[in-house]
Amino acid sequence: MIHIGDYIEQFINWLTLNFAPFFDAVKVVVESIVNSVEWVLMFPPFYVIIILVAFLAWKRTGWGIMLFTLAGLSLIWGMGYWAETMATLALILSSAFIALLLGIPLGIWAAKNELAGKMIRPMLDLMQTMPAFVYLIPAVLFFGLGKVPGAFATVIFSMPPAVRLTTLGLRQVPKDIVEATRSFGASSRQLLFKVELPLALPTILAGVNQTIMMALSMVVISAMIAAGGLGEVVLKGITQLKIGLGFEGGIAVVILAIILDRITQSFGLKTSAKA
Amino acid sequence: MSKLKIEDLTLLFGHEKEKALTLLKQGKTKAEIFKETGCTVAVKNASFSIKQGEFFVIMGLSGSGKSSLLRCLNRLIEPTSGSVILNKVNITNLDDKGLQKVRRKEMAMVFQNFGLLPHRSVIENVAFGLELQEIPEKERLEKAKSVIDLVGLQGYENQHTASLSGGMQQRVGLARALANDPEILLMDEAFSALDPLIRKQMQDELIDLQEKMHKTIVFITHDLDEAIQLGDRIAIMKDGEIVQIGTPEDILTNPATDYVSSFVEKVDRKSIITAGSLMFDKPTVAIYLKDGIEGTLRKMRTSGLTTLPAVSIDKHFLGFVYLRDVLEIKAQGEKTIKNAIIKDVPVAYADTTVEQMLPFIAENGRVVPVIDKDTHKLIGVVAQTSLLIETTGINWDHGTESPIDKIHKEII
Ligand SMILES: Nc1ncnc2c1ncn2[C@@H]1O[C@H](COP(=O)(O)OP(=O)(O)OP(=O)(O)O)[C@@H](O)[C@H]1O
Ligand SMILES: [Mg+2]
Repeated sequence: MIHIGDYIEQFINWLTLNFAPFFDAVKVVVESIVNSVEWVLMFPPFYVIIILVAFLAWKRTGWGIMLFTLAGLSLIWGMGYWAETMATLALILSSAFIALLLGIPLGIWAAKNELAGKMIRPMLDLMQTMPAFVYLIPAVLFFGLGKVPGAFATVIFSMPPAVRLTTLGLRQVPKDIVEATRSFGASSRQLLFKVELPLALPTILAGVNQTIMMALSMVVISAMIAAGGLGEVVLKGITQLKIGLGFEGGIAVVILAIILDRITQSFGLKTSAKA
Repeated sequence: MSKLKIEDLTLLFGHEKEKALTLLKQGKTKAEIFKETGCTVAVKNASFSIKQGEFFVIMGLSGSGKSSLLRCLNRLIEPTSGSVILNKVNITNLDDKGLQKVRRKEMAMVFQNFGLLPHRSVIENVAFGLELQEIPEKERLEKAKSVIDLVGLQGYENQHTASLSGGMQQRVGLARALANDPEILLMDEAFSALDPLIRKQMQDELIDLQEKMHKTIVFITHDLDEAIQLGDRIAIMKDGEIVQIGTPEDILTNPATDYVSSFVEKVDRKSIITAGSLMFDKPTVAIYLKDGIEGTLRKMRTSGLTTLPAVSIDKHFLGFVYLRDVLEIKAQGEKTIKNAIIKDVPVAYADTTVEQMLPFIAENGRVVPVIDKDTHKLIGVVAQTSLLIETTGINWDHGTESPIDKIHKEII
């Protein structure tokens, strides 16, 4: 018998032991990000948030999604899950933000450096195919229970599309444009920021959209380690066999998903239409 | 003065470059080297220099290595061996910063597929090179505006490039290159993607611009007509090798290899070949006040010609004398040929083209005199047969078999 599990366990324990100060620092930072976002979402009265989101939906997409946003968010409020929804939204936005913060530079690196690309790719495959529950174990070991390990698992699970689509977007920049840019004496930095990233932007934004959606799909799983929010509502429905509760939580998640999807998608579409 | 000097430049694509280089030195061909090492010889031992202000055209079929050679000049592709010397500086040795500087200030490039930035407006594209040099926005937009006017893009400043026609897009490409005020313009099939009419127009405009700017231009094309129209000199490439370099006329009149002549045959020679290259420069002439009537008749007899150009003692062209007229004035007892000279005849200068001389053929039995533009001295004559050959485009010298040869082979 080969006990890979033993090695991984030893490795994780070693990490926990030796990097404790590092994990503590990460925990403080992540916690403060999630809490500030949640505070921003919870501080104004609910109708202000509803109006703001509806306005954004109208600006980016049009009447249909705006009406859906108004109705959907009001329903959530009416069902009494406003606080849970905002907690979930804060966790998703923070996790997605961190995932993008790490994922986009990784994607750039993978596109620019062949070796890096070759190493990152199987890691992404692993991250995406590994059942998401597995991430909960090291998350708890590193960070204990609560929002931070939830965010950790969510970041790992939702990062791959950001990396992949950034790499793809950069690789798709036409060779002749890159060549022309170089012929005018662009440094690698100038090439990246003035040409490659702007041209890859629609693809990168598609990655942003996917990352957010993946983060949303982790809501229930991260609730298992006490991340709170709507996931907890659904989880309660499952564990206590309260069908109604489960569905209410589920409906709130779906509403959130549709609004987030349409709004973030519109950014990608608008940019590609312009280009 | 030589602006750009290319010395023994070789470019190989592939892995076993060392081995391929050795084989190349042993004189193996491109095909043999590819078979043995898998390396493509894109450019082979190219050496030439380009003068300040020269319009230098590199011509050759697809795959002959033109683009590769051009890209070695600004090191978009690193040459495998050899050097590129710009104003006495060896570019092949420059570090990244030095190379960046050369690309920003001294050499700018125009591409076949334009290579414009689709997310920027026309003026932002034109100012792009200046932006890379970190020139303040106001200044670079001003400069861009003046170049936009120069290439005829006024009114298009704020359009997106994707909405423009090919010709307009290439104007943007050209303007972007000119905005940097480079000493050297590298143009890779810049007009090949355009419709014939637009293409012709762009060629004419480029010639006009060049008359004002006096840039040094390296222009790539696979079209000999374009090469001839634009180039001060043309280099012809085949399989990575430069097989001939010369003025358009050199190339047309003395193709160095069969490969070159195969191009040359397709060209409309009438508008390129000049009297200077066709003329016979030591014609038999009747010299007024020296030859007299008897002398003239003797020259006609020995040369077998019934018409001679008449010149003064210091070689000024005076007209033609005909045997018939000379005999007639002899009978009248004249001493000089003065009264036999027919001066109402068309003349050509050295740079008069065959096309311009065509009307002269109409008058029978006479050569076309070629005189110096300034001194009006006779410098040679063009035989009508040469003119006819040039206009019909039949030239049995270069490989093609004449029909008479063919008949002889079949019958005799
Ligand atoms: N990146 C590359 N890798 C390998 N071989 C190449 C590469 N680029 C060009 N070649 C080869 O080098 C030779 C010269 O190509 P090049 O593009 O310079 O020709 P060209 O004269 O510009 O042709 P065209 O008129 O088609 O543009 C060709 O045999 C081509 O296949
Ligand atoms: Mg080419």
